[in-house]
Parts: sequence; structure tokens; C-alpha cells
Amino acid sequence: MAVEQRRVIYKHVDEEGYTPDIDCYMKHGGYEVLKKAIGAKPEDLCKEVLDSGVTGRGGAGFPTGMKWRFLDRKSGKPIYLICNADESEPGTFKDRQIIYQDPHQLIEGMMISAFAIQAKQAWIYIRGEFINGARILENAIEEARAKNFLGDNVLGSGFSCDIVVHRGAGAYICGEETGLIESLEGKRGYPRIKPPYFPAALGAYMCPTIVNNVETMAQVKHVIGMGGSEFAKFGVKGDPGTHIFGVSGHVQKPGYYEFEAGKITVGEMLYDVCGGPLPGRTFKALIPGGSSTKILRFGERFTGKHPNTGEDFDWGVEDIPLDAVSLKCCGTFLGTGGLIVMDDSTDMMEAIANLMAFYGHESCGQCTPCREGSLWLNKMTLRMTGGAARNQDVDLMKNIADQIEGRTICAHGEAVAWPVQSHYNKFKDEWLDKIAHQGNGNGRYNPKGYPLI
Amino acid sequence: MAETATLDLKPATLAKIESLFPKYPDKRSLTLPLCHLVQEDLGYLSDEAIEWIAAKLELEPIQVLQVVSFYPMYRREPIGKVHVKVCRTLSCALVGAYKTCEKLEQALDCKRGHTSADGNYTIEFVECIAKCGMGPLVQVDDKLYENCKPEELDGLIDAIKTAASEGPESADHPKPQPGTPAYEG
Ligand SMILES: Cc1cc2nc3c(=O)[nH]c(=O)nc-3n(C[C@H](O)[C@H](O)[C@H](O)COP(=O)(O)O)c2cc1C
Ligand code: SF4
Ligand code: FES
Repeated sequence: MAVEQRRVIYKHVDEEGYTPDIDCYMKHGGYEVLKKAIGAKPEDLCKEVLDSGVTGRGGAGFPTGMKWRFLDRKSGKPIYLICNADESEPGTFKDRQIIYQDPHQLIEGMMISAFAIQAKQAWIYIRGEFINGARILENAIEEARAKNFLGDNVLGSGFSCDIVVHRGAGAYICGEETGLIESLEGKRGYPRIKPPYFPAALGAYMCPTIVNNVETMAQVKHVIGMGGSEFAKFGVKGDPGTHIFGVSGHVQKPGYYEFEAGKITVGEMLYDVCGGPLPGRTFKALIPGGSSTKILRFGERFTGKHPNTGEDFDWGVEDIPLDAVSLKCCGTFLGTGGLIVMDDSTDMMEAIANLMAFYGHESCGQCTPCREGSLWLNKMTLRMTGGAARNQDVDLMKNIADQIEGRTICAHGEAVAWPVQSHYNKFKDEWLDKIAHQGNGNGRYNPKGYPLI
Repeated sequence: MAETATLDLKPATLAKIESLFPKYPDKRSLTLPLCHLVQEDLGYLSDEAIEWIAAKLELEPIQVLQVVSFYPMYRREPIGKVHVKVCRTLSCALVGAYKTCEKLEQALDCKRGHTSADGNYTIEFVECIAKCGMGPLVQVDDKLYENCKPEELDGLIDAIKTAASEGPESADHPKPQPGTPAYEG
């Protein structure tokens, strides 16, 4: 194999004999970084995180150190830390392994972060479906408390902070950080409008709050462990460190893999790591970073000047290096690193109908464009895949999507619009071809693949 | 406020509820945790349950109802003895989730979105449960089954039928072992 995995966050994931208890974690050097950090100055820790350039792993990829700098420290109100363990973006399954197999890595990362930002209280907002995951975390918190790694007067430092596990109840929108905060406060998960409700100023209980993803919290442990400038040496400029990639869909060996950012291409990932397409099939499409990121079509080419190297590139989908900067050059995003692979058996109209069923179901309903638009798209694609599509529906879909984007309270609007726009741009021909095969009311037509709706 | 409803909750549930109060700056934050605990104990959230939770948190019942009606995991009606949730989102659908669901519907004589006539099973489609590379995924109560390919469902169907024939699980269930569906759930 050309490129080796670089397992930092996943060092012990699936390791024979590695258990989620604190003894095992400490035998492998666990909590040493927290011990070191608690003796340092909080502002120095924040500086390390800023210098590392580490970016958030929850989807948006915002630099974590920068986010921490936005904290309103003048208000005198308590600061809160929330770990986003909602893991709800379809195609994403990276935080699960940290929670279930190495929960103390998350807790250590959270306590370092809590100390760095001087949080008074921390929560882990975990999706309701992770029933045992919540138990595992609660258990780990009690183990850590018994050793004084959290709770009152952590390791005799005078710093106190507790972590509470809070379970969601099946709503995707509670992964959006302000929806999450509303949910934590005991309400419907309605995202808040920004401004003024930037969490760093007016977050949980109207106090300054940092929300970071599970993997981000784990990365922070390694940033402090090796130092910000050392961390920055890995990966690429603008996207340092490693990424966990979850590959699902039509490959021989789907799974989760950790690589340095930019060190592996899409082709190497899909052929060398994941064993290539299923027997007799060829790759058709790739959603690179969770279901809301824009789709790529095998066979298309991307050209331009790479901002990091200054060199011209001319890539097929297989040639794209897996890092946030390169994927942006190709008009899409690395997002959560959840790669959804589709081969030539896939009916692309059914694929978009599947996603519209998701986004229609998960819109919280506050904004008209998102609520109405996602439901129209859901209903339309159901009708279209059901055998009653009309040629004009194709442009109508694009039109609806265009009217959602940029007109909503939260990025769920984009999460609806981007898939429709990008599928339209790249697979309009297949939609029209399918419509031609359906004829006038000849019924459902999907001769090759599994039904997707 | 209306007279507080009484609920027949287990002592362990009540103790757990009391232990949550010191953990949040505001009582209202206990809405989701209390809904979970009461639903786990009683099976669903009745009008009485909602009133009881509201009184406990010094809220209006409508504030609790708003929450219950928003989150898919909360139920206003009792369901079958075994709750079968099939992930239907894209990654799972690409590897056969819709067919898997159809096969389960046939084997358990139960349509999705419904409870079987014998009261044993409720089948539902759910959205992504975050193990997309191991799909199709089926969550049976608090156990998560991976790779439930439509062609290979005999083991899963047996497990579901066994779960229905067993009595209600005891409150203090044994610790799930890694690598088992109960651990992953
Ligand atoms: C619709 C929607 C769903 C989201 N779901 C998640 C999620 O499940 N997990 C997550 O960590 N972030 C999710 N996010 C991103 C969060 O809003 C937020 O940016 C993130 O938790 C910040 O953490 P990070 O900076 O560490 O990435 C979602 C955003 C949107 C708009
Ligand atoms: S964009 Fe959609 S999900 Fe977000 S707040 Fe508006 S209606 Fe709710
Ligand atoms: S799509 Fe089924 S688990 Fe994610």
C-alpha cells in the first residue's frame, strides 16, 4: 500500500486487548497531558491551540484556537464548554469509535480545553441513539472523578469543572450548535439567529460558550501533548494534523481510517485502502464529507492553481488529495470526512430523493425557505422516483434549491440546497434519461440498483 | 396549575431523577433527561407523564409537550414489545436497507410505522444512526446490528423473535460486552 495510516486519535481503536476503562487508558500514558497542562497558564494553552492551526472536525472546519479567542471574557458570566457528540450528519461515523472505545481520550481533551478556556462547567451532548455510549461516558467520568482528573480542585490546581452527559432524542438539527444549546436548555432544537447569538458571546444560558466536536476535543489533547508548532507540521497548510475518514456505500472494504491531511488521494483511499469497487462495478459518484457536501462525478476534471503550492493542478476525482484545502479547490468540502461512494448501479434520482427525505424530515421548521423548500423537494422527488416525473421538474428542483440557500437561520438550508444543486449540475442527464424511460406514467424505473427511497 | 398527576415510577427512576437536579444551572434543562427516564420506565409519555414532568420542573405542560412532539425518540403511544428501527438514510440504502426493511416486515408480519397485531413488534424507519460503513443497520431496542444485508437476515430475525418471547428486561441489566450488539447500541 502506498500510504500508511497515521493513527493518532485512533491509535488504540480496535486494538486487541484495549479496553475503555481508566486503568487501560493510563497504562498507555493517559492523562499525562492533562497533568502537564494543569501546571501551565491557561492563556498559553490557548496560544498553543491557536498556533497549531487545528480546525474543527464537526463539519465547518473553523480554526479552534480562533473560536476560543472570540469568547466574551469581559461579561463576568461563567464560561461553558460543550462537546458536540451528536454525530448526526449522514455518512459520518468517526466520533462513535472515540466514545465507545476510548472515552477517556475525549474526557482528557475536554478537561484540557475546559482548563484552557477556564470553563465552569462542561457537557457532552450525545445523540439519543448512542444509548450505551452515554453509559460508557458516564462511567468514564466517574472513574476520572475518582482520580481527581475532573470535579472539584482538579489535581490540586484550584480549578474545578465537572462534565455532565446530556442525551439528545433523535433530532438531526440538534447537531447545529445553537440548536444543540436550545436542546440542552430543555427546549425544541430551534437554531438561534447569529448575530447576536454567537455561542462564544451568548451561548448556553446566555453565557459565553464553546461548542466543539468530539474529534476536535481529542485533537486538542494531541496539540497540547506535542505543542502547537509541532502539530502544525503535519497535514497541509490550512488543514493541519490527521483526519478520520469514514467510507461507506459501494466499496469492498468500507470502514474508518485515519490519515494525515493531504497525504492520500481519493483514488488511493478507494482502491488501495478500501479495496476498490464491488465485483463488476465501476465508481460513479462520491459525496466527500457527509451528505450535505457537494457531490463529485467520476470522469469530471478539476483545474486551477493550488493555493498551497502555487502550482497548476489538473485532477480527476481519483487524484484529489484528501484535505480541506484541495477539496475546496474542487468546489466541495471535506466536511466531516464521511465519504459516501456510489457505483454505476446507483439511480441518481433515487439518491437525491433519499437525501431529500432526510432533510425534509429534519428541518426544524422555523424558516419558510427551509421548511417549505425541503418538504417540496421531498414530495417532488417522491413523485418523480415513483414514476410520475416530468422534464420540467428537473429545473424546478434547482430553482427551489437556489431559493433556499443563504436565506435561512442556520446552515441546514445549505445542507438541503447543496446536494440538489450539485446533483443537478452533474447528473441532470441521468435524471432526464430516467424520465424518458418512465414514459408517461409507466411507473417506477430503477433496473439496476437497490431501491433508495 | 392543575393538580399534580401521580405516576407509578420505579424507585430507581425516581432516585435518578433527583440526582440530576444539581447538575444544571436551570431546572428546565432536565426536560429531555426526564422524558427519557419516564419513557424508559413506563414505555411511553402519556398526558399524565407530561403533566408530572412539568410539575416536577415547574413548567407548564405545554412546554414539555412541545419538546415531546419535536423529538422523534419520544412516543405518545405504547409500542410493541420489541422496537425495530431500520436506518434508511443514503449509506444504508445503497447497500440494501429498503429491501432489508421489506424482508423484516414480511418475517414479523408488521408494516413499518405500525405495531404487529400480536403486539410483539413495532417497525420503524429511522435516519442515520452513525455507523454508516457497516450498514444496513438495524437497532433492536438498545442493541445495534450491523451488516443486515437483505439476503442474510435469518440470524437477525431469530434475535428479534427471541427478544419478543423473553420477559421484560430487568432494570439492572448486565454490563454489555464489547463486540456485541448491546455494546454498540
Ligand atoms: C444542520 C447541522 C448539523 C450539524 N451536526 C453536527 C454534528 O452532528 N456534530 C458536530 O460536531 N457538528 C455538527 N454541526 C456543526 C456544529 O454547528 C458546530 O459547527 C460544531 O459542533 C463546532 O465544532 P468544531 O468547531 O469542533 O467543528 C452541524 C451543523 C449544522 C448546520
Ligand atoms: S434553516 Fe431549516 S433547520 Fe435551520 S433554523 Fe431554519 S428551518 Fe430550522
Ligand atoms: S446511513 Fe445508516 S447509519 Fe448512517
